[in-house]
Amino acid sequence: MTPRSLRRLAAAATATAATAALLAGCATTGGTGSDGGPVTLEFVSWDPNMETIVDTWNEANPDIQVELTKPSESADELVTKFITQAQAGANPDIVKVEYQSLPALIANGVVVDLNEYDSDLAGKFDDASLAQVQFEGALYGVPQDFAPLVFFYRQDVFDSLGLSAPTTWDEYAAAARTIHAANPAQYLGTFSAGDPGWFAGLAQQAGANWWSAADDTWTVAINDAASKKVADYWQGLIGEGVIKSDPFWSTQWSAEMNDGTLVGWVSAAWAPAQFPNIAPDTAGLWTAAALPAWTAGDDATGIWGGSAMAVTSDSKHPAEATKFLDWLNTSDEALALQISTINVYPAATSGRSLPELDAPPAFMSNQPDYYAFIGQVAPTAKSFDIWGPNATVTFGAYRDDFGTALQNGTSLSDALDAIQATSVEDLEKLGFTVAQ
Amino acid sequence: MTTAPARPRRKLHSNRIAVVLVTPALLLLAGFTVAPTVYAFVLSLQQTKISGGLFGGDPQAVFVGLENYAAALGDAEFWASIGRMLAVAVIGVPATVILATAFALCLDARGARLVGFSRIAIFLPYAVPGVLASMLWGFLYLPATSPIGGDVIDFFGSREIFFSVANIAVWGVVGFNMVILYTAVRGLPGEIYDAAMMDGASELQIALRIKLPMIRPALVMVTLFSVLGALQLYNEPTALRPLSNAITSSWVPLMKVYSDAFVQNNIHQGAASALVIVVLTVAATVLVNVIGRRLQGRAS
Repeated sequence: MTPRSLRRLAAAATATAATAALLAGCATTGGTGSDGGPVTLEFVSWDPNMETIVDTWNEANPDIQVELTKPSESADELVTKFITQAQAGANPDIVKVEYQSLPALIANGVVVDLNEYDSDLAGKFDDASLAQVQFEGALYGVPQDFAPLVFFYRQDVFDSLGLSAPTTWDEYAAAARTIHAANPAQYLGTFSAGDPGWFAGLAQQAGANWWSAADDTWTVAINDAASKKVADYWQGLIGEGVIKSDPFWSTQWSAEMNDGTLVGWVSAAWAPAQFPNIAPDTAGLWTAAALPAWTAGDDATGIWGGSAMAVTSDSKHPAEATKFLDWLNTSDEALALQISTINVYPAATSGRSLPELDAPPAFMSNQPDYYAFIGQVAPTAKSFDIWGPNATVTFGAYRDDFGTALQNGTSLSDALDAIQATSVEDLEKLGFTVAQ
Repeated sequence: MTTAPARPRRKLHSNRIAVVLVTPALLLLAGFTVAPTVYAFVLSLQQTKISGGLFGGDPQAVFVGLENYAAALGDAEFWASIGRMLAVAVIGVPATVILATAFALCLDARGARLVGFSRIAIFLPYAVPGVLASMLWGFLYLPATSPIGGDVIDFFGSREIFFSVANIAVWGVVGFNMVILYTAVRGLPGEIYDAAMMDGASELQIALRIKLPMIRPALVMVTLFSVLGALQLYNEPTALRPLSNAITSSWVPLMKVYSDAFVQNNIHQGAASALVIVVLTVAATVLVNVIGRRLQGRAS
């Protein structure tokens, strides 16, 4: 062999070795301490400031250390990620999940029943919160917050036009017309095709019940009369041109919320935590009022979002994980921190009488009784019987079908029919029994 | 000693070295292309079924044959996504090739000034990651933030959206293609230009009649790259999607695959859709290659 070919061979061998090392590097080796020693729990949550609360726990509990990861995915993408990771047995110990996605995680065997590890846990929540996480006697998650829909409006703009907060949807429509007539660049709100949970909340208020279940049979009614009433109402306002049809959370929307183009937002109790990112220049200008009613005097509202925290079937330390979740979502210490740093309205019954709720969120300094107001609204929030095990598919269909309908000016009611068809077809394909 | 017996041994050595040299590439190819494809094929023949009960108990993957392929091919939305991708390609591919050629010929022109600076300036967008570029262009398009007339032109209109998406893609890749064509033009022998000038050819005639035909192989390659780029359209529409109602989750084929697998949570359908797209992509590549060879053959 010539020296030159030797050198080539050596180079090739090095390259092969480097490749092997690279491949080996791909397989990460994770692991937690063996039983008896200190354990480490992986916790995925997107809450801003959650790290300070986790630090508080870690300082007091050297034997149960919690490692917080903030995901880069959206909440819906995370659900799919957890389902996929479950097949590889690679899920973190504790995951934050929005209420509507929990049944999907249960159906895919991603989360475990917590009653087994703490039978007192369920007793710390009211029925409305438990309905979101407790099915067939099993507790699949610890409720974190409760998020009734409320209506935020720019007090200054309403005052200058002599308007007061609308108490019915008819008054809301009238206010939308008045505001747009007074200043054609101004709108009372936008109808978002990007937020299925938001529309679901509006449908709940009108009496819709998208999913119910009896004897292992599912009933799906996404295109029920109540939902169509809500869709038709908004389609009318969009058609008149007094309500915009751009999605929430885009740069466009933030800019319009900040510069006074948009002077109202139908949102939920958690909005004050988001406002500083959306419309930082408008602190102290917004007031929260009850959601307008379909018939005067009816005080029902719906729910938009709200989350639970669940322990995955991949966790090697479910008992420790449950202990942490109990502290995080039911102890006065942790809930006080959650209220003041994350602005949650707690799901736990005891958390709702904490002194921290006497002060409003920083953004709502003009409304000192903000949490007292949310406390009044919360018991009137209606929900569906249960969220479907494929709610993520329904939500995906909402984004596509409502988005297309708004883009092309076609019927939102027809889009609801399409979403219903997609949801039922998917359930049947998976093998669920669906009532016709 | 005669040299005769040494020859086969040398051949044997070089064969062995060739095998050793090729092995890492083959291993990577097998590990990261072949194995996932085989796995995707296996997945594409299955479906998830639940076993009964309210929440379905333990979901199992069952063999369903070609059912997912039938579903993919029978899905109107799948073909609609291909249609939208082609609409963007019809705008974007010619725009890329024509602009890249024009830039390359201008930079090579005799009187060209600031060539180095211009070349870098045209190439620079290629260094910007596609997702970032799409977000930047999103700001430029949105009425509330647009400095380029977004409040007058609806960049997210049902028709305009195809131009808006194609524009981002073209902006990103034109510089790269320009460099390929510019290198090809620079490689042409200078005597031809001297001869042409003696014959009285103008700068424009030299560019169109001499340089352009002579860089035909590079043009075919650039076209092929552009077509392949169009087939893989994903970043731009995905990044623009949250900004408006114009783009659905299955706007182009690759978004449809993602949507099937990770929004519908049906990894099996996603695998089937992906493999159908692979077949179509390979077919399109072969087609462009064949047409390119034909054109070249006719030229020579």
